[in-house]
Amino acid sequence: MSMKIGTEQFKERVDSGIHDDFMRGAVAGAQDGMSLKRKAVTTDEMSNWEDWRNHGEEIRQHVLEYLDYYLEQLSENVAKRGGHVFFAQTKEEANEYIRSVVQKKNAKKIVKSKSMVTEEISLNAMLQEEGCEVVETDLGEYILQLDDHDPPSHIVVPALHKNKEQIREVFEKKLAYTKTSKPEELAYQARVTLREKFLEADLGITGCNFAVAETGSFSLVTNEGNADLVTALPKTQITVMGMERIVPTFEEMEILVSLLTRNAVGQKLTSYITVLTGPREELDVDGPEEFHLVIVDNGRSTILGGEFQSVLQCIRCGACINVCPVYRHIGGHSYGSIYPGPIGAVLTPLLGGYDEYKELPYASTLCGACTEVCPVKIPLHNLLHKHREVIVEKEGKAPVSEKLLMKAFGLGAASPTLYKIGSKIAPAALNPFTSGDKISKGPGPLKAWTDIRDFPAPNKERFRDWFKHREKGDKRP
Amino acid sequence: MIGTIHNRDKFLNQIASRLNRPRISAPIERPEWKFQPQYDVYKDATQDELLEILTEHCKKIHTKILTTDLQGLAAVVHDVVADYGGGPVVTWKDERFAQWGLDSLIKQQWPSENIDVFEWDYTLGDENIHKAEKANVGITISEITLAESGTVVLFSDKDKGRTVSFLPATSIMLIPKSTLVPRMTQAAVKMREIYQKTGHVASCINFITGPSNSADIELNLVVGVHGPIKATYIVINDL
Repeated sequence: MSMKIGTEQFKERVDSGIHDDFMRGAVAGAQDGMSLKRKAVTTDEMSNWEDWRNHGEEIRQHVLEYLDYYLEQLSENVAKRGGHVFFAQTKEEANEYIRSVVQKKNAKKIVKSKSMVTEEISLNAMLQEEGCEVVETDLGEYILQLDDHDPPSHIVVPALHKNKEQIREVFEKKLAYTKTSKPEELAYQARVTLREKFLEADLGITGCNFAVAETGSFSLVTNEGNADLVTALPKTQITVMGMERIVPTFEEMEILVSLLTRNAVGQKLTSYITVLTGPREELDVDGPEEFHLVIVDNGRSTILGGEFQSVLQCIRCGACINVCPVYRHIGGHSYGSIYPGPIGAVLTPLLGGYDEYKELPYASTLCGACTEVCPVKIPLHNLLHKHREVIVEKEGKAPVSEKLLMKAFGLGAASPTLYKIGSKIAPAALNPFTSGDKISKGPGPLKAWTDIRDFPAPNKERFRDWFKHREKGDKRP
Repeated sequence: MIGTIHNRDKFLNQIASRLNRPRISAPIERPEWKFQPQYDVYKDATQDELLEILTEHCKKIHTKILTTDLQGLAAVVHDVVADYGGGPVVTWKDERFAQWGLDSLIKQQWPSENIDVFEWDYTLGDENIHKAEKANVGITISEITLAESGTVVLFSDKDKGRTVSFLPATSIMLIPKSTLVPRMTQAAVKMREIYQKTGHVASCINFITGPSNSADIELNLVVGVHGPIKATYIVINDL
C-alpha cells in the first residue's frame, strides 16, 4: 500500500462512504466514544491542560527549528550503540536500503508492528516482491491484511469500518476459523496465529513514535504489546521513522508520549511504551542482534521553512479525526490516503501533490474543531484554508463549484472567531443553494453531503452550534 | 562495535537549506521551556498517597493490586501463582528475590508442589525464550512505578530478559513501595540521570500498564492480545 488508497475519484469515494451505513454508524459511535475518553483525561482532568498543549507545541517547534542538529546527534548515538543508520531522502532510497538488508540476512519471514511511514513508502509491496512473508501484527492491521489488504480508515483504529461479523468471515475464509464473532474469541485466534509468526520471524520491522537524540533511543507506543514481540524475538530489526519524529531527551519524550496516549485513546498511558536503544547488549538473550534505523524524508523537507511547516509538529494521535464532522460523514476511505481527516487533508496534498489530492482541503467545513483539540497546536483549519488559497491563486486548479464554496466558507474562516463572522457573510454566496433554513443542494464536496442530509444554512444556526445540538440529540445519524 | 551511517550529509544539508540557514552541528543548549505543567501532578504527595492513587488506578487497567510487607511476600506470591493456575513460572535472575525472602518458595516449596520454576540464565541462550514462551506466569520487578497511570518500569539486562514480561500467559510485577513516583516525568528524569552518570541506557526499558489489550474490533476492549492476559501488582512495603 502506498499513501494513496483506492483508485476511485474523490467524489465516488465520498459517495460510497456516505452510503455505507455500518461504517457511518461505527465512525459516529467511535468519534463520540473516543472524544469523551479524550476529554476525560485532558480538559476535564487537568485545569492546566492548555499548558500541556503549549509545552507540546514549544517542544515540537524547537525540534523542527533544529532538526538537522537533532538528527545528527541521534545518528551518532545510534551508531555508538552499534546500530546502523540510513538517511533516505526518497521512498525509493528507503526501500532499496531495506531490500539490501533483507537480502544480506536472507530474511524470509517478517513481522511488523503498525507504522504509517512504512505504508507511505509502500514497504510491504517491495518485501513481497522479494518473496518475503510480511505479517502485520497490530490486530486491526492484521485483520485488514488478511482481508486482501483492505485499506485502513483511521490512523489509530485502522479497521474501524469493519464489523465483527465481517471480521469473523475473513477469519473463517483465511484462517479456517470456526468460532463466533465475539471479539474475545476473534482476538484469541489472532493471538495464537500471530504468536507462531513472532517466534519464527527472522526480521522485525517497526515504526517510531519518538526518537530521542541524546541517547540514540526510540519509543514505541501500543496497547497490544505486539511491538515488543517484534523487537524482542527476530534476530534483525529495522525501524523506519519519519524524520520529524524526534525529541531532544527522555524528558521531552515523556511529554509527547503523554499527549499522544491521552489524545489518541483517552488513556493516561497505553499498556506498553517501550524505549529501545541499539541492538541487544553483548550477553542479552532477547532483542535483535542487528539494528537498522531508516530515517525517511519523502517530501517532508520541502514542507520545512514554508507556510505549512507546523504540520510537521504532528504526533499522529488522531484527535483531529475524532472531532471532524466531515470525517464523521464520509469516513476514512473517502480521503484516498492513509492519512484521513483534517491532518490527512493538510498533509496528503503536501506529500502527494495537488494534482492527485486537490479536493482534500475542501473536505472540511473550516469549523476549527480540529485546531481546538490538537495537542501540539497545529492550526489545522488555517492550513486547510492556506491550501485552498494556493490551489486557487497559484495553481489555478479549483473547479468552479469549489471556487464558489471557497467564497462561501473560506472568506473569513481562518479562525473560529472569523468563521463566525464568515458564516454571517456566507448566505449571499450560498443563496442559490438554500431553501428555507437548509442547504439542500450544496456545491462541491457539500453536494455529496446534501444528497443525504440538509446542511444548515449559515444565517439561522451556525454550523458548530448545529453540530453540538445534533451531537446531544441523535448520537448516530 | 560502532554502527554505520549512510547518506547523512546530503540529507541534513537539504534540511538546513530549507530552513534557510547554514547546517547546525555544534551542540545547542537545551531550551528553557516556558511551560512545565508536568511537575504539578501529585506534587508533594507522600508514598502512602501515591499508593492510594496507584491502587485506585489499577481498577481502570484490569490489574489486581495487592500490598504486603516483606514477611508476607512469599505467601502472597504463592497464592497469586496458584490463583493463576500454577506453573510453569519464569523469573529474572535477580538477587532481590533472595533478599526479599523468596528463596524457599522458589527453590523448595514450588518444586515440592511440582511447580516448574525457571530462572533466566543467559548462558543458556534461546532456551530462555522457549521457557518464557511455555510459562504460565512471569515474575519481574518494577524499578520505577508511576502512580498516576498505574505503570511499572522494567530495565532489561543479561539477567533480566525482555520476554519474561511478555511471553508468559500471566504476569506478576513486584513493586517496592519506595519506587513509587507521581508520574512518567520522574521516570524520564531518572533515566536521564542514569545516562548522564553512567553513559549507558538499558537496551530495553518497558513502561507496562496492566495486561495487553486491544479495542480494534468494533472498539470493544479485549484484554490479553499479544502479551499477558492477566496481571497482578504486588506492592512490597520496603520503607
